Order: sequence, then structure tokens, then C-alpha cells
Amino acid sequence: MLASEVSALNEEIQELVQTLGNGRQALMPILQHIQRKHGYISAHAQQEVARLLKIHPVEVDGVVTFYAFFRKGRRAKYNIRLCQTISCDLMNKDGIAKTFERELGIKFGEVTKDEKYSLEFISCLGMCDQGPAMLINNEVYTNLTPRKVVDILNSLK
Amino acid sequence: MPILNKPIIFDRNNFGNGFEKGIKGRPIDIVLEIRESGLKGRGGAGFPTGTKWMLAATAVSPKKYVICNADEGEPGTFKDRLLLTEYTDELLQGMILCGYAIGAKEGYIYLRGEYEYMLSHINGVINKFHEEGKLGKGIFGKNFDFDISVRLGSGAYVCGEESALIESLEGHRGEPRNRPPYPVNTGYMGYPTVVNNVETLVSVPIIINKGAEWFRNIGTEKSRGTKLLSISGDVERPGIYEVPFGTKIIDMLEMVRAKDTKAVQIGGASGICIPEEELHRNLSFEDVPTGGSIIVFNKSRDMLKILKNFMEFFTEESCGQCTPCRVGNKKLLDGVNMIEQGKCSVKYLRELIDLGRTMQVSSKCGLGQSSPNPFITIMTHFGDEILAEHY
Ligand SMILES: Cc1cc2nc3c(=O)[nH]c(=O)nc-3n(C[C@H](O)[C@H](O)[C@H](O)COP(=O)(O)O)c2cc1C
Ligand code: SF4
Repeated sequence: MLASEVSALNEEIQELVQTLGNGRQALMPILQHIQRKHGYISAHAQQEVARLLKIHPVEVDGVVTFYAFFRKGRRAKYNIRLCQTISCDLMNKDGIAKTFERELGIKFGEVTKDEKYSLEFISCLGMCDQGPAMLINNEVYTNLTPRKVVDILNSLK
Repeated sequence: MPILNKPIIFDRNNFGNGFEKGIKGRPIDIVLEIRESGLKGRGGAGFPTGTKWMLAATAVSPKKYVICNADEGEPGTFKDRLLLTEYTDELLQGMILCGYAIGAKEGYIYLRGEYEYMLSHINGVINKFHEEGKLGKGIFGKNFDFDISVRLGSGAYVCGEESALIESLEGHRGEPRNRPPYPVNTGYMGYPTVVNNVETLVSVPIIINKGAEWFRNIGTEKSRGTKLLSISGDVERPGIYEVPFGTKIIDMLEMVRAKDTKAVQIGGASGICIPEEELHRNLSFEDVPTGGSIIVFNKSRDMLKILKNFMEFFTEESCGQCTPCRVGNKKLLDGVNMIEQGKCSVKYLRELIDLGRTMQVSSKCGLGQSSPNPFITIMTHFGDEILAEHY
């Protein structure tokens, strides 16, 4: 990271601590803000949060690694998360997964070379009556068909 | 999307002014009315809500908390999604009534991260309540202050378990605590805390409006009222339905136009699999209890593939704190893979079922205690079919 980026990030975290509090119970909301804004929580961000909340960095790391939505590394621009739970599975999730793999030329768990797309599976999204369902970043897509997947990918620029 | 059949309890005509009526009366009267109604928790465990509130109300403590469990992570459940978006006023009313009844000043909605898109809507209703004097200081001119904030989860099924949820709210890994002590005694930040499911809380203003007697007359003796069901899988009309407790599974299937049904998974991944021969059983705490997840499988489905999906879910979601659950779920999943490859003997399958029974009694929390349910029920009812197909 550039020195200017480091100080911008430090400033941002200080502001978060000011608005959300410096107690341990503010840890999740603080991490959620960082995750939302940057797509991941860097080692430096973790250390800075730990310092300001006066807890050990290992504690912060323990929390970051526990929750599926927190990332330690940079993420693709579009993080595609397909629901793999049973109701979506019954509605041809496998066909949707294959379509994504074919169109993007990567497997689930991988990121495209240009870091534009990543493919992941996710547990039940609560859209079981409209499956197959997925999230792209925080947006929900339902009733997917292979055709629809191609259209959606074309619309992402 | 609305409730697809004719709503019973959740009919908007029943809402009336239960909220005002409750806050204008005495706190204890709310607790007594809820206890009298026989309302039991809708999140799965079915603990009597009135008893829980009485314990919290009688606890002597400088602080108390109300938490709405909106983690809705059980595979196949989506009924809280409807309540959170379309019954938001009633949900907040239920939380405020609970706060008034037990003497709490603060409430949290723990909203699963997957539902983050609802956040601005819920916060909008909270703001509206502040403007209308229903939240904040001196609610309805009473000496009663209450505030609600929403906190997000970050993708961990186990955080729906109430003590893990509290750990998460406190900024920790969502690892379940030993129980007892229960949250009503030692909850959020160590203070007495009522944790209730969304559906339980939405029922509260309705019960206060219509009266305990009215509520008691719906459902069965040990399961008063109705249940919201999230129905998906091989049915013509998937969606959310409200049925009185005691409804036969077969009648429910007819309602959603299920055809050629082979089996129904009731209660989600942690629930049980009901085969065709048992479809006359009914949905209630006495017979087949459910938090509302109903997944229907038709005759074209491979039960082993379904079981594998459940076991992958549990190995992924186990918090890993205790051995029976961490190692047990892995062994059951390995067993499923062995069966798939035709490498599991009948003797080893029996050992795995025994392992499942051990997990039910020795796991630390409800996740490990219920995760063997689909393995045991699917293997009991479909074991022969599965072994015959995989050799
Ligand atoms: C693994 C696990 C996940 C759970 N998930 C939820 C959930 O998503 N929503 C919920 O209300 N209760 C869930 N529960 C049940 C809660 O622990 C608790 O019993 C419930 O929130 C109490 O509210 P109620 O009495 O209104 O049902 C879960 C339990 C376990 C063991
Ligand atoms: S039963 Fe499973 S989820 Fe529950 S505490 Fe043990 S390892 Fe964690």
C-alpha cells in the first residue's frame, strides 16, 4: 500500500470508531463497514482496528476468519455467490454453475485473471421459493436460468 | 410476496390497537396475557414465550435487553423475510411491548447478512416510530423509554443459535455458550435478555389486541395458534403459507399442489425426513415440530444426493468447538461419499447411525444435536433403496 493509502485507511477507521464506538461490541459493525467499502479487510486494517479497540490483533483475526462474509484478501469487482442449498439445488443449480464456469472460463472458488469476477458458493439465501438464487456483491438475483445468467453477465461492465 | 393462502392470525384485520392497549396497561398484564395465550417460540425450539418473559420480568437487574432473532439461516426457511419487510411495524411493536413487559430499554434486531438489502427499509420504520413517539423517551406519555437498533450478521448459520448470536453481538466469534445459564439470566453483556424469533414477536401485538382466549382456540392443545410455513421444492406453488398447528402434512401438500411426492423434509436441514407412508402425520409440537421450513421431494429425486447436500452444509457450518459435531458431521459426510461409491457396508452404515445418535446427545448446541436428523431419518426410510442403487 502507498503511504497515502495507509493514512487514508487509518483516518477512515478512526472515523468509524468515533461513530460506532470503541467497545468490543463495535467490532462487527466496524469490520462490516470496511468489508463493504473495500471488499476485504487487509492485515493493516485489522491491526488498526485492534489498536483502537485495545484488543489483541489475534482476536480481530479470529473474528474475521470465523464469518464467511469477511475476506482477508482483495476480491474481484463482481463477487458472484450462488446458493448451493437444497431448494436451489433441486431447481438446477448445477446447470447454472456450469453456465458460469463456461462463460467465465474459471471454476467455483476461482477469480478471473483481470480480477473482474469471482465464483463462490454460499449457504441458503432465503430465496428458496424463487430458486436458483445468487448474490452479486450485495444484490440478490432469483429464478435463474442459463439464458438469464448470460444476460446478467453481459449487463455487468 | 404475500402469504399465499388466507391468513389466519396474520390477517391485517386482527392488528387493531394491541400495541397502544399493551403500553397503556401494566407491564405484568402483557406477560400474563402472553402466558395465557400459550404462545411458544416460533424459531424452532418452542419454548413458552410467556414463561421466558416472566423470568426476564422478575429478574432484578439495572439493565435488560430484547433481541429479535432475524438470522433465518435454516435451509428452506424464508418466512421471516416476509415479516421483516411487510410486517415491520408489528415486529417493532412486539419488541417494544416485550421491552415494556420485562423492563428493558434497548432492543436489537440481529439481521442476517444476506438480508442487508432490507436494512434501509427497517431503519426507515424505526425512524418513523421515533417521529410518532412510539420509540425514544416517554413512549405514549408513559415513564418508559425504548430504542431499537439493527445489527447485521456476516454469514454464519450457527449465529442463529441464541447464545452464539449474543457472542456475535458482543463482537466475538459466533461460538455457542454452555447452557445454563440461559440468556434470560445471563445474556447480552451479561444482563437478562429475551431472545425471540421474528414470528413470535409479530404475534404479540395481535394477541394483545384479540386476547389470549381467541389465540388459544386456534391450533392444538400443546401448540396454540398457527405456523408460517416456507414451502419449496417439488410443488407447483412454492411460497409462504399460514396453517393452524395440527394440519396434516398431506393436506398441506394438496394446498401447494405437490405431485408424486416421495418425501418431505420438515424443519430444514436440521429437521426430519418424512416418507410417503407417514404423510398423515401433523405439524405440531406434539407430532412433527417445525420452525417452518418445508422442502418437498418428488419421486424423481435421489435421496442420497439430498442427504449429501445437508451433510456438506453441516460440515461447513459447524463452529468446530466440540468434537461430536466437528468430527461427527465429517464422518457422516464421508459415509455418504462411501455409499455413493458403493463402499459402505450395512454394518458400517449401522455404526454411522449410532454415531448420529451419540451426536444428538453429546453435542454442545442445537446444531450438532440436530445435524444427524436427516442422516438418521433418510437412512431409516430410504437406506435399502439407496444401498440397492449404489453398489
Ligand atoms: C444452529 C441453530 C440455528 C438457529 N437459528 C435460528 C434462527 O435463524 N432464527 C431463530 O429465531 N431461531 C434460531 N434458532 C433458535 C434460537 O436458538 C432460539 O431458540 C430462538 O431464537 C428463540 O426464540 P423463540 O423462542 O421465539 O423461538 C437456532 C438454533 C440453533 C441451534
Ligand atoms: S454442536 Fe457444533 S456448532 Fe454447536 S458448539 Fe459444538 S461444534 Fe459448535
